[in-house]
Amino acid sequence: MTAAPIVRLDNLRFTWPGQSAACLHIAELVVDAGERIFIYGPSGSGKSTLLALLGGVLTPQHGRVRVLGADLSSMRPSLRDRFRSDHVGFLFQLFNLVPYLSVIENVVLPCRFSARRRAQAVSAGNSVQGEALRLLAHLDIDASLLTRRVTELSVGQQQRVAAARALLGRPEIVVADEPTSALDADRQEAFLQLLLRECDAVAATLLFVSHDRRLARAFTREIDLAAINRADREPQGS
Amino acid sequence: MSHLLYLAGRSAWNRRLTLGLTLIAIALSVTLLLGVERVRHDARESFAQSVSGTDLVIGARTSPVQLMLYSVFRIGEATNNVKWESFQHLAAHPLVAWAIPLSLGDSHRGYSVVGTSTAYFDHFRYSGEQTLTFSAGTRFANLFEAVVGAEVAERLKYRAGDRIVLNHGASDIGAEHADKPFTVVGILARTGTPVDRSVHVPLEAIEAIHLDWQGGAPMPGVAIPAEYVRKFDLTPKNITAALIGLKSRAAVFRMQRYSNEYEGEPLMAVLPGVALDQLWQVVGIAERVLLAVSGMVVAVGLAGLVAVVLASLNERRRELAILRSVGARPREIFLLLMIEAVGITLAGAVAGVILLAILTATLAPVAAARYGLIIEQRYVASGELVLLGAVVAMGVLASLLPGYRAYKLSLADGLTPRL
Repeated sequence: MTAAPIVRLDNLRFTWPGQSAACLHIAELVVDAGERIFIYGPSGSGKSTLLALLGGVLTPQHGRVRVLGADLSSMRPSLRDRFRSDHVGFLFQLFNLVPYLSVIENVVLPCRFSARRRAQAVSAGNSVQGEALRLLAHLDIDASLLTRRVTELSVGQQQRVAAARALLGRPEIVVADEPTSALDADRQEAFLQLLLRECDAVAATLLFVSHDRRLARAFTREIDLAAINRADREPQGS
Repeated sequence: MSHLLYLAGRSAWNRRLTLGLTLIAIALSVTLLLGVERVRHDARESFAQSVSGTDLVIGARTSPVQLMLYSVFRIGEATNNVKWESFQHLAAHPLVAWAIPLSLGDSHRGYSVVGTSTAYFDHFRYSGEQTLTFSAGTRFANLFEAVVGAEVAERLKYRAGDRIVLNHGASDIGAEHADKPFTVVGILARTGTPVDRSVHVPLEAIEAIHLDWQGGAPMPGVAIPAEYVRKFDLTPKNITAALIGLKSRAAVFRMQRYSNEYEGEPLMAVLPGVALDQLWQVVGIAERVLLAVSGMVVAVGLAGLVAVVLASLNERRRELAILRSVGARPREIFLLLMIEAVGITLAGAVAGVILLAILTATLAPVAAARYGLIIEQRYVASGELVLLGAVVAMGVLASLLPGYRAYKLSLADGLTPRL
């Protein structure tokens, strides 16, 4: 298990239904455990598609997506969904929270779908709630905010609540899709430091996607999606 | 599953205004549908129970339904009478166990006056084998005595010993028989039949109050005081109809034929059950139309539900994408939407049943008083259960649509909704 890379893409090719040109074509991408990967990609470079492939929401027409040694492409769709909730925490640019749930309920959401995440949250913090509170405290969410409606939180607070959710139950991988781009410069840096610290604390591998190269300093490796994506260079209709 | 129920509940509560209105629409449509069915069912029941012990109803030739309506249910008026001699002749037939003469046409404050004999109290049966009983007083024994039904006594607050005046004709507009008042001597216990809304007097009294009348009006210059009427022959000349009980029910067709072929005058004998069936055949068309319209109203309510849930889907695409990112399968998204729509349907159905129970409780006395329609107090009858099941089944089918749409959306959107 430890020998296997966290993520391994082999000759992956994905085309959106109804389109003739491939959106993504990646010959190889390997991410090892504990890496902090910064994936740079301007908008339209296929970032979201790559993340959906890693989450098992999409499957490639060609090639293989292996996560934690498991071949997502060969799994049944419902198993892929279960796999995602067990092993991957997601964090998006905006609107991460379910508006009708409280802060705590939003954080514990993955544990409603994943027994594994629930068990790990309980073993880490005695109870799911306890672990959620602990993570929220670590991410500087004041206790007074817990009873607020999530729609009343500031964007920065919402992103930190979402980060707590992505980390709850110790998923092996945290995938962050432009989580800082809605924040101002000072807060971007602070949020990034918090996220990296907590990923270290739960020993999660971080895949961080952004169009903002200034943030790359904090990561162990930077991947330019445009550089490894061959789709643009291929003739149309291939 | 429980986590989906929880999420569906919280999400629905978040949109409680629109969903609440939809729920009310469904509840009202269910109330309407079940209400139509209940009134239909109970109307049949209360009609059938009104003449349970009678084998034949005899009257002048008319349609069987009309004869039943005026003689038993006090609806409408007789077009022709039966001669007293004819009644006596038929009553004396060896197959006949008992015969109750009925003389109708007068009224008391809107309630029918029934001239009859004491055989009425001995032989009339309703709701199976139940006989008439008195809640107060006794049957009439003298000329100007009256026995009132339970509804009459309750509405007009009559007690034994009260004096009442009859009106000529079926409405209060008719002239009063004010010179010959009656004394209430008995009050019948409630039966749930037209008996409750009747004032019963001796046949001879009907004759007596019309001694000085001719052609529906008092004869000018002639006034026969009450104390002198006994000097006249008060044997009735005509009656309106007769209820006949036979010694053996097997002889009913023989007796019917005998009555129909009676030579003294053209008569008609009908079996109450057969006549009621004819009535329901006629009414049945209207009933089916009413049921169909109520069914349509339910369909409209459910269409509204589907529209509301579908309309909310666009605003909820982010929410569904979040749920997908934390591990919800498309199948679970489908179920989430199903639960919401089916839940609203179920809640609407339950609310409809409760609303109907409240309406029945408040309106049943009015229906009983005004129309003699006895609506039973109950939550759901078996016939209504079938309709309720059909509503829920329709709701489940209708819910497939938003469920399927959400399923497709969440497959297409994945983790990032394309808005």
